[in-house]
Formats: sequence, structure tokens, C-alpha cells
Amino acid sequence: MAQLKLTDVRKSFGSLEVLHGINLEIKAGEFVVFVGPSGCGKSTLLRLIAGLEDISGGTLEFDDEVVNHKSPAERGIAMVFQSYALYPHMTVYDNMAFGMKLAGGGQDEIKRRVREAADILQITPYLDRLPKQLSGGQRQRVAIGRAIVRDPRVFLFDEPLSNLDAALRVQTRIEIARLKERMADTTMIYVTHDQVEAMTLADRIVVLRDGYVEQVGTPMELYHTPANLFVAQFIGSPSMNIVPAKATTEAGKLVVEPDGGHKVNLNGAGQGVSGGAVQFGVRPEDLNIAGEGQLMFEGPVTLVEQLGESQLIYIDRPEAEEPLVAKLPGNLEVKRGERVALSAQPEVVRLFDEKGKAIRL
Amino acid sequence: MKLLKSIAFYALVVIIVVVSVFPFYYAILTSFKSGTAIFEVDYWPKHLSWENYRLVMTQGSFPLNLLNSLFVSTVVVLISLFLAITASFALARVRFRGRKLLLLTILSVSMFPQIAVLAGLFEMIRGLGLYNTLWSLILAYMIFTLPFTVWVLTTFMRDLPVELEEAAIVDGANSWTIVSKVFMPLMWPALVTTGLLAFIAAWNEFLFALTFVSNNDTRTVPVAIALLSGASEQEIPWGPIMAASVIVTVPLVILVLIFQRKIVAGLTAGGVKG
Repeated sequence: MAQLKLTDVRKSFGSLEVLHGINLEIKAGEFVVFVGPSGCGKSTLLRLIAGLEDISGGTLEFDDEVVNHKSPAERGIAMVFQSYALYPHMTVYDNMAFGMKLAGGGQDEIKRRVREAADILQITPYLDRLPKQLSGGQRQRVAIGRAIVRDPRVFLFDEPLSNLDAALRVQTRIEIARLKERMADTTMIYVTHDQVEAMTLADRIVVLRDGYVEQVGTPMELYHTPANLFVAQFIGSPSMNIVPAKATTEAGKLVVEPDGGHKVNLNGAGQGVSGGAVQFGVRPEDLNIAGEGQLMFEGPVTLVEQLGESQLIYIDRPEAEEPLVAKLPGNLEVKRGERVALSAQPEVVRLFDEKGKAIRL
Repeated sequence: MKLLKSIAFYALVVIIVVVSVFPFYYAILTSFKSGTAIFEVDYWPKHLSWENYRLVMTQGSFPLNLLNSLFVSTVVVLISLFLAITASFALARVRFRGRKLLLLTILSVSMFPQIAVLAGLFEMIRGLGLYNTLWSLILAYMIFTLPFTVWVLTTFMRDLPVELEEAAIVDGANSWTIVSKVFMPLMWPALVTTGLLAFIAAWNEFLFALTFVSNNDTRTVPVAIALLSGASEQEIPWGPIMAASVIVTVPLVILVLIFQRKIVAGLTAGGVKG
């Protein structure tokens, strides 16, 4: 229920600064996902918000109140840990009731809240068991239940699915999505390195790299209009093909020629780009071999990965180490060694300047 | 070859068992003999006589000494476990300057032989006015129980997952709640083991017990047994001595047997993935 405001938040471990001035506003009831490669500072940022780490600089506000020096309990947060962190000697019921008991809630109130949370998560039959008698998925649900019971202002998840196997991960992800609907007023922050979780769960995604925020936006904003090369390649799987290119202007319209590819006429003018070196980006799923749109690349297929409903084909580019990847419908007949022509609609092309910043077309 | 190996193995086991158990077995045997039968070498009990036990428990202050020992050992265990748990929480979980140095200092204390600290400790106990009281022994025994309880518990506590502590912090627990409600239940095996070792050390101690207490009624059993005397100066009362030895050994055996079941490994299994 709380809205969060981070102003120039910094974190240093000794002389090493790992977060370099994070500015971020999170609206009440929003589900925000922090995503980024390992070591980008996303977990550290979550721990700062939780109050498990001290903030080295800047301010953190919950509902316009600075909470830099408040304990996690005073901030009213609840957290689900990657390793579950259930108390091994307590039953599921006691695990869930522990926080409220410490807060001095009445017996009836505690019982009611635990029952309610257990119902939501369908763990009522296990209330008398110990954590070691539960499976991984059940344990994680207990951990989520423990957080629900506390009725937090801000609900924090620290990579809650990374210890689960693939099938359970999908199932638990759906449960978290359902939980988000049920607790629509509760602000939730979720840390993951998995972009599928980020895309499916988030209202807004915060992409972090090396302690900087690279971009904040809805999943579709990040997918369609990445602010820079890093976000473009991080969001989407397989990641966006990036090819160095030369840009020129012909009759007021931008024309780019990717290295080893064909000239592409773009519809936009490309503000500030009158010519010169740019990075040309096109997503694998936007490429086709049917000749729709403009022809962009040609080459022999070096590898085909058949995924069933789709297939990934790799086309070597002699100029670069990275092959081009195209995602095609699975029923197309494509053989290794076959020469293919890759086309795409010009609207899907993304251009980035030399510093990797996106050029708006 | 395999047969030879297992024969050698069991032969070794038998030797170890005989060496460690035979003296105690012979003490039990002797304690049930009376009169001159004591001086006959027997390996099996012939007739049971409770005479020695009756003597030990009724004459002199042995029952009182037994209670003294029980009191001293129990208090030593309780105080050292309490101090060790709180100290180990700080040493394992709180970052502060000189933590390692402090740990090494604590360990180095246990290197001093008792006799080296005896004179100084005697002065200290006189100064504190504890001479000839059981508290002098309790204080003195802490010197050798605390280093190893602190060390063992610190090592154990360091291995407890940090996430558990953080989960408790998020749940609103303060340090004392974390130690008492979260860590202590998980440390049962370590607490029982170190507590038992501390108990045995305090129960067996002789030198300090001899030096710091001079009154027959305030002695502990190891000294009391050594000072048991017969009817005349020339007679060593072997029967009562052996009966007393058996009496003081039995509580230890019972304690070990009880807690052996409580020392369950893997108590932490399930709380944290891994």
C-alpha cells in the first residue's frame, strides 16, 4: 500500500561502490521487477529497501517518510528469500505466526490470518508439519505465506523461484501472478535474473547494470523501445541481433546498411543522425525467410535448433563472431548449409548510436 | 584377506574396549566385596554385598560432597552455556574490529596448564572473598570450560544460514529473540555436546577443588574420594573408595546415554535449501 521513492540511493562496501545513485519512484500497489545480470546490484538494492543493509547515501522514502534508519519491521516490509529461510524447528503454522507473535498480535487474530494465508496458498493441510517434511515448492509457498500473514506495506521477493525446477517454477510463477491480483493494493518488488519472470509478472521493469538503472518501463516498452543496446539485448530471448551499420540520409529518410547486409530504407528520419556509424538491431522473431518486408541479410545456415512450435536458425556472418539468429515457424523446412535470405519490416529495426543509446526513428 | 581385515578390526575393537572398560568393571567388582575378599583377584562377582555403599553414604560427608559436585557442575554448565551462546553470537555474526584476535585469545587461555594459574587464581579468590566456598570452584572452572564452549558454539553458529537471521529480522526479532527463539533450538546438538563436556570437566576436576576448599562439608567428590580414610592411618579403605567411584561415575554414564539420543544430526535440514 505504500509508495516508494528512492533519491540518489548509493551503497558502498568499503571503498567499492556498488550502487551509484539510484533514482526511482514506485507507485502504491505496483508490481515492480528488478532485473539484470548477476552482480548488477539488484539484490543489494532490494536489501536496502528491506532494511537489511545500511544505505550509504541518498534517501529512501515510504509514503513521503524517510525510512533510511528504520528497521525492516518498522518499515512494514515482508520478504521472501531465495533459500526460503524457514525456521527448521517450527511447524508451518509457527513459521507463519512468528512475526505476528513478536509484534504482539492477539491469538485469535493470528490464527485467523494464518488460516487465511494458508487458504490462499493451499497449504492448510501442512500447517502442523515441519519444513523438512515439505517439498521445495511447498516450502516456497510457506515462505510466501509467512510474508502474507504480516500484511506488509511492501512485499519483497528475492529470486524466489531460482531454487525450483522448471515445471514448479512455471507453476509458482502463476501463483505469484494470482497473488498479485488478490493483493492488488500491496506494493511488490521482485528481483530476478530471469527475463521471462520479469516480462510475465511486472507492471514495470527496472533494468539494472553495474549499479546503474538502465531503463524503467512496462514490459512492452522495454521490448519495443529499449533505451540502449544493453536493454535491447537483455530483454527478449534469443536476444536481439546487433550488427554495425552505416547510416545515410536519402531524400530526408534514413537509410542504413548493416555490415555484410543489404541497404534498408527506414521510414523515420532519425533525429541527430545525418550519417556515420550506428548499431543496427533486429529481433530474431521479426526476421523471416519468406521475403516479407525488406531484404536485410543473406547467408548459409550453419545451425538449426528445432523447438517444435518454432526453430532458431543461425547464419554465420564472416565479419563477426556472433552469428545472426532468426526465429522461424517450426513447420518450415530449413536445412543446414542452405542459403537463405532474411527479411523484416523496416518498422522493427532499432538503431543505436556509438555509445549504445537508442536513436528514436 | 577380507576375513583377516575384519578379524584385525574386531581384535582392535576388543582391545580398546578392554583397556577403557576393564578398570571400571574391576572397580564395580571390588565395590561389592567386603572384608578381606577385596584382596582376592576375581573376574566375576561371587556374592553381592552393599556394605561399602552403605558405609560411604552414611559415614562422613560424602552425600553432601555429591550434592556439592552436582551443584557446582550444573551451575558451571548453565553459566558457561549462557555466556558462550551470547558471546558466540557476537563472534560469529557481528562484524567488529579485533574479532579474530579475540577468538585466538580465548583459545589461548585454554593452553595454560592449571598449575600455572593456580597461585594467581588463589590470590584472586581470596581477594574476592570466595575462599572455601563452592563459588570459588564455579569461577575457577569457567576458565577451562568457557574457551571450548565459546569456540565450538561460534563455529556452529557461523554455519547457521544468514538468511534465517535475516528472516527473523524481517519478522521483527531483536538480537536476543534471534538467539533464543531461532538459533538456540537449532543448536541443541552443539549445546548438549558442549554442555556435557563442560559438566564432565567440572565433575572430574581435582586440583582446584583441593586448593580452594578446605572444609570437608564443602568439598566436591573427586577430592572427597581421595581423602576417604579408613579406621587407622595405615588402612586404605579400598571398598568404600571403589563404591564412591562407582557412585560418581553413574550420573555421567546416565547423562551420556540420555543425551546420546538427543544429539540428532541434521536438525537444520529443511529450513534452507542446500
